[in-house]
This record gives sequence, C-alpha cells and structure tokens, in this order.
Amino acid sequence: MRIQITFSKQGALRYTGHLDLHKLWERAARRAELPLAYSQGFHPQPKISMAAALPLGFSSRCEVLDMKLEKDIPLEGLRDTLQATLPPGIQVLSIEQADDRAPALQTRVVSAEYEVTVVEPVDGSELKRRIDSLLDAESILRTRRGKSYDLRPLIEALTCLSSPEGRGEKIFMKLSAREGATGRPEEVLDVLGIAFEGTRIERTCLNFQS
Amino acid sequence: MLTPEQIEQKLDRILLKVQKPGRYVGGELNSIQKDWNSVQTRVALVFPDIYDIGVSNVGLKILYDQINQREDALAERAYAPWLDMEALMREHGIPLYALESKRPLACFDLIGFTLPYETLYTNTLNVLDLAGIPVRSAERDNSHPIIIAGGHSCMNPEPMHAFIDAFVIGEGEEVIHEIINTIQTFKRSNVGRFERSNLQTFKREDVLRDLAKIPGVYVPLFYETSYLEDGTVSHIEPTVPDVPKIVTKRIVAKLPPPPTKFIVPNVDIVHNRVSVEIMRGCTRGCRFCHAGMITRPVRERSVDEILSAAEEALRSTGFEELALLSLSSSDYSHVLELVTKVGEKFGGTHLKVSLPSLRIESVSIDLMERLKDRRSGGFTLAPEAATERMRRIINKFIPDEDIINTTREIYRRGWTTIKLYFMIGHPSETLEDVKAIADLCKRVIAEGRKVIGWKAKLHAGVSTFVPKSQTPFQWVSCDTPEQIKAKQDLLKRELYRDKNIKLSLTHAEDSFLEAWLSRGDRRMAEVVYSAWKKGSKFDAWQEGKKYEAWMEAFAEHGLDPLFYTHRQRRTDEVFPWEHITAAVRKNFLFQDFRMSLEGEIRVDCRLNCFACGILPTFAGLRRETPGEGWKCPEVKSPAIKVTSEPAITHRLPLVGD
Repeated sequence: MRIQITFSKQGALRYTGHLDLHKLWERAARRAELPLAYSQGFHPQPKISMAAALPLGFSSRCEVLDMKLEKDIPLEGLRDTLQATLPPGIQVLSIEQADDRAPALQTRVVSAEYEVTVVEPVDGSELKRRIDSLLDAESILRTRRGKSYDLRPLIEALTCLSSPEGRGEKIFMKLSAREGATGRPEEVLDVLGIAFEGTRIERTCLNFQS
Repeated sequence: MLTPEQIEQKLDRILLKVQKPGRYVGGELNSIQKDWNSVQTRVALVFPDIYDIGVSNVGLKILYDQINQREDALAERAYAPWLDMEALMREHGIPLYALESKRPLACFDLIGFTLPYETLYTNTLNVLDLAGIPVRSAERDNSHPIIIAGGHSCMNPEPMHAFIDAFVIGEGEEVIHEIINTIQTFKRSNVGRFERSNLQTFKREDVLRDLAKIPGVYVPLFYETSYLEDGTVSHIEPTVPDVPKIVTKRIVAKLPPPPTKFIVPNVDIVHNRVSVEIMRGCTRGCRFCHAGMITRPVRERSVDEILSAAEEALRSTGFEELALLSLSSSDYSHVLELVTKVGEKFGGTHLKVSLPSLRIESVSIDLMERLKDRRSGGFTLAPEAATERMRRIINKFIPDEDIINTTREIYRRGWTTIKLYFMIGHPSETLEDVKAIADLCKRVIAEGRKVIGWKAKLHAGVSTFVPKSQTPFQWVSCDTPEQIKAKQDLLKRELYRDKNIKLSLTHAEDSFLEAWLSRGDRRMAEVVYSAWKKGSKFDAWQEGKKYEAWMEAFAEHGLDPLFYTHRQRRTDEVFPWEHITAAVRKNFLFQDFRMSLEGEIRVDCRLNCFACGILPTFAGLRRETPGEGWKCPEVKSPAIKVTSEPAITHRLPLVGD
C-alpha cells in the first residue's frame, strides 16, 4: 500500500533539514506502528520519499511525502494516530491512498509557490518598481555554486501583496520546480535587493503534473 | 534580562548562518515545557559540550525526568553552542538560554552541570560566561542561580572548586530532590516575594550552608586546603563546624525505573538511540578503571524491567537503535536470558541492538549472534594490554590464547572487522610491552586471514592511560611526552605497513590535559581559569583546544604540569581529594596498588568479597535491599564486622626505583 501525506512544517522544525526530516517521518511511522516497507539489500531503508526538498529555514503549509507500507491498513483515524506521535511544528493536513504504479513524487512536481514576509521595513513603491523591472527583463543571468544560469524563465509569477504603510510587506512568487530547473526564492530576493535574513519564507503550494 | 520572545527574534536573524541550526531551537518530541509560573524551583541542566553529544546523555536524562515529575519544579536543558554560534551570540548580545522556554540561564534558580570528563572544565566556565553569570562562585550574589555539578570527574572536584557552588558526589537520583527541597525551604519562607524567581533576600552563604548538610553534597567554600613546602597537600579541613570532614558519595539502594521518554532530536546526533542501563557498577576490579572503582556496588535490573523499559522507550521514540548499557555486559547475571528475549521481541523489526563491553570469550559471540540479524559492523573487544606481565599489573587477565581463539571464531562466524582496544602508558610499561600490542594485532589478523582471507580487517584503538583519583593507580606517574611519543611511533612503525590494520591513537596532548586535571589540586582552578581566558575551550576538540594557552596558564601561576602528571606520589601523600570518597577505602586501593606492583591479580569480587569499603559504608542500604539485586554479600542485622586488612608495614617500592 502506498500513502501520500500532506503536512505543514513550522516553528522550530524550520531548522530541520531534508535528511533529518526523512528520519523524523521514519520514526513517527514507527511510533504510530505503521508497517513500513523497507528496501532490499545490505542496508534496508524505509520507503519514504518527499516531493521536493524544503530549504533550511523555510516554513511550509504544503509538504508532500509518499510512504510505502508492507500491507494495507485502514486510513480512517490514521491522521490522528500519526499526529499524536509528531513533534510540535508538524501538522498532518491530509492522508490519501496513492496509486502504486504512479511515478515518484519528485518527478511530478512542476512548480512551487512561496510567500515571503519582509520583516524589515522596505519602501513599498520602490519594491513594486523592482518587481516590475524584474518581470520586464528577458533574462536574468546569475551564478550559483559556480554555475551560471538564467533565473528569469524559472519565475512563473511574482507579485507584491504589500500593505499601504509599507510595513510587513509580503511577496508572492511561483517558481519552477522541475528536475534541473528549480528556482530559488532567495535568488529572486537577491535580485530585488532584499536581504534574506530580514525575511520569513513559507512554501504555500506545490503544483504537480496531473 | 531578555524575554524569550526577544531571544527568539534575535535567534531568527542568526540561525541560518550557523552549522546545524536545529541544535539551538528545541522543540523535540518528549521534551517537557512546563508553565514557568506554576512551579517554585526552576532548574537548568547543562551538558557543557555540543547538543549532538549532550542530548543522549543518560545521566542528565534521569535528572530531567526526576525533576519534571515533581509538581513544584521544572527542568530545562542547555548545551554549549559550537564556536560559530557562540561568536554570533556574543556579537548579537544573546545570552545562553534554555532550549524549552528560551529563557536566559540566569533566570533559573539552579543550574546543574554534568562533568563526566575533565575536558569539559573550560567549557563550563564558558557556558557560565555566555549566560552572563560570574564565572567564580565568590563573585556571584543572591541574584544569581546556585551552580551545582556532578558526574564522574567530580570524584576529584578540586580543580573546579572556585567555579561550582556545590558538587554532588555519586549518584544523583535522590540527592537532586533534597537539593531542590532545600532551595524551596528558602523560597517558601520568602513570603510575599514569591514571584521573584531568585533567592534574593537570603544570604547566599546560608543556602550553601544548608546544601552542605545534605549527605553527598560538597560545598568547597567551607573547606580549606593547606600545602607542604614541596607543593603536596598537608591537610584539608572544614572551616565551619556543621559540615562533614569527609564527603561520602551517595548511591541509590535500588536503581529506579529507567527513563523511557528519551528526547527525539530533530537533527542528527551522535547516539540516536534508546539506552537502558542494565546494571550499575562493576566487580572486575581493573585497576586503571575509574568507573569500575567509583560506581560500586554492582546493582542489576531485572530482565523484565529492562525489556518493558526498552519496549516503552522504543514506542515513545521510534529510535532505530537500542543500547543495553553497563560497564561489563558479560557480567550481568541474566545476560543470556536478556539477549534471547530481546532477540525474540524485536527480531525482524530492523532494530539495531548494541551490547557493549563484552568479555573476550566465545560466549560473547553467541550473545552477539542472537542480537544481530546480519554481521554488519565490527565486533569490539578490549584486551587493554598485550603481555601477561601488564595484564597482571592492571588486573585484567586474559591469556593470549583466549584472544586468538575468540577473534578467530568471530571472523569465522561472519564478522569481517574486529576492533581491539588497548592502552599504552600503564605503570612500568616498557617498549617490549607496547611491541607486544603490535604483535598481537598481527597474530589476530593472521588468524583472520586463515579463515576468511584478505577480507579480514582489524581496527586497533590505542589510547593513553590517564591515572584517576579514587583508583589503585592514583599513586602512579604518567609517561612523559617523550615516552608516549616513542611508544606511539613504535606502534606506527609496526602496524602502518599492513593495509588491513587500522591504527588509531589519541593525541598525547589530550591525555596530558586530562591527566593534570584528574589529579589536580585547588591551585589548578587558576590554571583552568587562565587557560579559558586565553581562549581554550572545547578541550575535547581539536578545533577548540589551545595547548599553548594551558602551558602559558601554568607558567603564569608558577605551577609545573609535570608535578601533576609525571610524579610518583609518596605512599603517605595526602591527596587533594582526600576529603571526598567513593566509599572504596584508601587502604584497599593502596593494597591493590601494591598487589599490582607484585603482579598479583584479584579475582572478580562476586566470587570473593575483598572488603573494599562499600559494604560497611552502605550496610544499612544493603540490609534494606536484600537479595540478588546487589552483588555484594548480604548484610545480617546488625551490620557484619568487616575484618580489616593487615597494616602495611614495608615501604612501597617506587616504580623506577
């Protein structure tokens, strides 16, 4: 049986990285006494996979993982059982049965949406101007980890959700999240001239290929 | 003082700049956050090394449970931030805080440090400083928390006497409650000011005076050490009438139920596991072993208690490993029954079970086979020495043939890697004794090759012996840096050629640091202070420790490190820790030391009580706890008279004489 769990990741858990999150779910499944399926081989690993790694420090309302179980179990009540074994900061939003033959989650993600809260005061109108000029550009060449790439085609949407006083500005962005073509919010912020440390970033939605 | 909200805001700005920020945010499953205002006494428990090492410490876990079970007290945790985090905390004015409530450590009534080893001393000072608390006891006033410490290295508390208000000698399960009760008495009489968390209206000295009356609590303020001209101790005396002349360690008559709600970290740490202590103490009497001497008597838990605790703990944590801990697993009376039942219960669940400290005999292989579905990982054994002479001296007598037969069998049964632990620097050890270590390793791997060919691997871990207080070797001299270097070079020459033998050696400098602290006197406190001031911290880490800082500190205070390390103690020498006892009498230790010089071994004391001093000290407890739980002989009512050993008349032959 294959199940798909959608969950949020907030609070202290923002500082738990991708691999550690894997471990966290593995232990949660054991605490909830789910019949986890393991891979074959010398070092059997539980069959848990995540849709898209969430960068350290980001919170999320929409993480999705996929877990294989050795046998079928009723889904009713499972959400409460699992929730009771999870640390504060992880909230199970939904659990569904997934098609055993469906391709891996990672290969089906196409884009991710983020909401950025700018904690430090910024000039709202200046921010809007920068966003407009960024969207007008045909290409934005950047270098990350020694490789140059074009950021512009990875940005599918970018808008400012600012309040009129210019305090607590929010930016919405939808970035490509295909394999080998993943936009990173901190790269966009850098182009906008906003210091990453002065922001809070939350992933609000993962879009999958149907 | 900053509020938790202010601290969290500041943290948000720096956490993504440090390695593993998950160390600093708390929020782990099974951590306990009580309402701050619902309790009278707030305790912060500190492991003064990084989170990754401290979280799995069983001692602090026990105290965390004990305190949080009380309705009138809470316990939170703190660890030493790694160098990157410390720099940012200082830069941004963030004091060290407790992980649960994010309150500064300085808000607590009581801060308890665990000091299992000496290399944590500078970190302890650093933690206090980072918490904004004066490092020296004498500079703290009523607005500051009471600072206590416990753990194995406190069997000689003197090098830390200037920084810790009160030491707990021995086991903490009961005494922690007595300490909290004492603090509460002061707070309760403080009517009308209850909302203040600190003991502000009292003379700090009064609180300490009451703490000093609790058996097993040592308050250094009330003792004075006098020295002879040669720098050794002349005597140690209490300076006030109502504190004990000698502080005897505390023990619990029966081990309380083991903790089961282990904290499940949200980031990777060193030991991701459930640990169940199956037995405390050891009856083997290895003369170098500090733990074996100071944790007597042996008390065992029942198989049922261990199994149900393991099951409950695994259910509440989901950990992938279970460690069954003791100083000598093979000596646990029901070890076969235990591993059989553990195998039955958890077999096929992908659980890894570890059972450390097994004796070198084929039974150990049977035990391991029952626990492991696969022969993954190595098989660890600790011969400690490689010649018969050395083995007699250290009282760990295992014939070579046993080692060869057991290791051959381990390879034959499917393990490809064997780890052998040795120590160099035992008293009177020669280069021939060290060469024997290399020869033994070669013989073991040769046997392995006969059975499984070139797959056979051997890992030789060779550490340097550090003489510890309260052991038969407290009189002996350490090797000099030159001797250690010569011995290590010999091992390298002998073993580096074989690609299937991996040799690991401890840094000689690390051993010295441990050595001068483990038998240090009160004057060493100034050296610790200066070394820390000059920037040494994380002394167990190459990234933190500054050996030159220590050397400068010694010079600054006119002390010679070799006085503490490379010096055979006089037979009548008064030790700096003479007023602290682990209830194993000095006479017994001395007799054992003498036996070592003559190559005489003492058998397992389960077979024959050698009257080490535990029974007369704890006769009452033994009488109340009859039966198999303790491995000491039963005590009839009234207490049996333990015949004293013959007086030592002849002069002790000095090593090197």
